[in-house]
Amino acid sequence: MTIHSDYAGGRLTAYLSGELDQHEARGAMRSLDGLLDAYLPRDLVLNLSELKFMDSSGIALMIRLSRRMKATGGRMWIENPARQPKRVIDAAGIDRLIPVAAGSL
Amino acid sequence: MQVSNECRLEFPSKSSNEAFARVAAAAFAAQLDPTLEELEDVKTAVSEAVTNCIVHAYPESVGRIRLKMRILEGGVLEIAVQDWGKGIEDVEKAREPLFTTGGEERGGMGFTIMESFTDKLRVRSRPGRGTVVIMQRQIRSRQRRP
Ligand SMILES: Nc1ncnc2c1ncn2[C@@H]1O[C@H](COP(=O)(O)OP(=O)(O)OP(=O)(O)O)[C@@H](O)[C@H]1O
Ligand SMILES: [Mg+2]
Repeated sequence: MTIHSDYAGGRLTAYLSGELDQHEARGAMRSLDGLLDAYLPRDLVLNLSELKFMDSSGIALMIRLSRRMKATGGRMWIENPARQPKRVIDAAGIDRLIPVAAGSL
Repeated sequence: MQVSNECRLEFPSKSSNEAFARVAAAAFAAQLDPTLEELEDVKTAVSEAVTNCIVHAYPESVGRIRLKMRILEGGVLEIAVQDWGKGIEDVEKAREPLFTTGGEERGGMGFTIMESFTDKLRVRSRPGRGTVVIMQRQIRSRQRRP
């Protein structure tokens, strides 16, 4: 999996692509932690439009990121999830914890 | 019960095999002419079951994982994921949403996701002996669809 990001006006958007499973999750968490350390954003947006596959390892990663953002008074949401990640997000019920925005597709 | 095809795979509990197991299950399911969405369901459920073997059954070692797939009457795909690892003390509790023994890195949503992506899920486990998770999913062939 690969992560691209852009930062503007206090908002960090991370674009996740490829597949996010347990094998990939630790590396992904390290990259995202690194980005948060570098930018200290107010808002974190996870764009999942190019994420082809995700399982519960992705859910756990998102919960950890959301906790980290909340601890510093920041916000986080998910943007444009592709179909399979969206269905996993729905099944896990984390949309009650982390907002999901359909956004500008 | 009639079985029209079957397949058995065994591989070590290395996390790089999560992706392999997903693709293998999708390749076997392909003979039922599934939709893309049905293939995603199968991959998701298999990913959860195999990851549990890697993370929970063999936490400190590399063990064996067996993936058994069968095609049953009426286009039902059955997938069994078996390990000979740690086992589960209380299966009912383990299946509850948010229950985890995996600490910070796990959310306890694996079984919940398996349940919502399959039609039927059975779990048999004995502490110290291992676990088998058997999932069934009806595949409605695209040709047979109205
Ligand atoms: N194959 C297995 N061997 C031993 N224990 C298992 C196995 N599968 C599941 N378990 C136990 O059941 C619990 C719940 O599993 P489940 O997949 O629902 O959540 P998780 O793996 O802890 O977290 P997540 O799947 O969300 O990353 C696990 O924490 C573990 O204690
Ligand atoms: Mg799990």
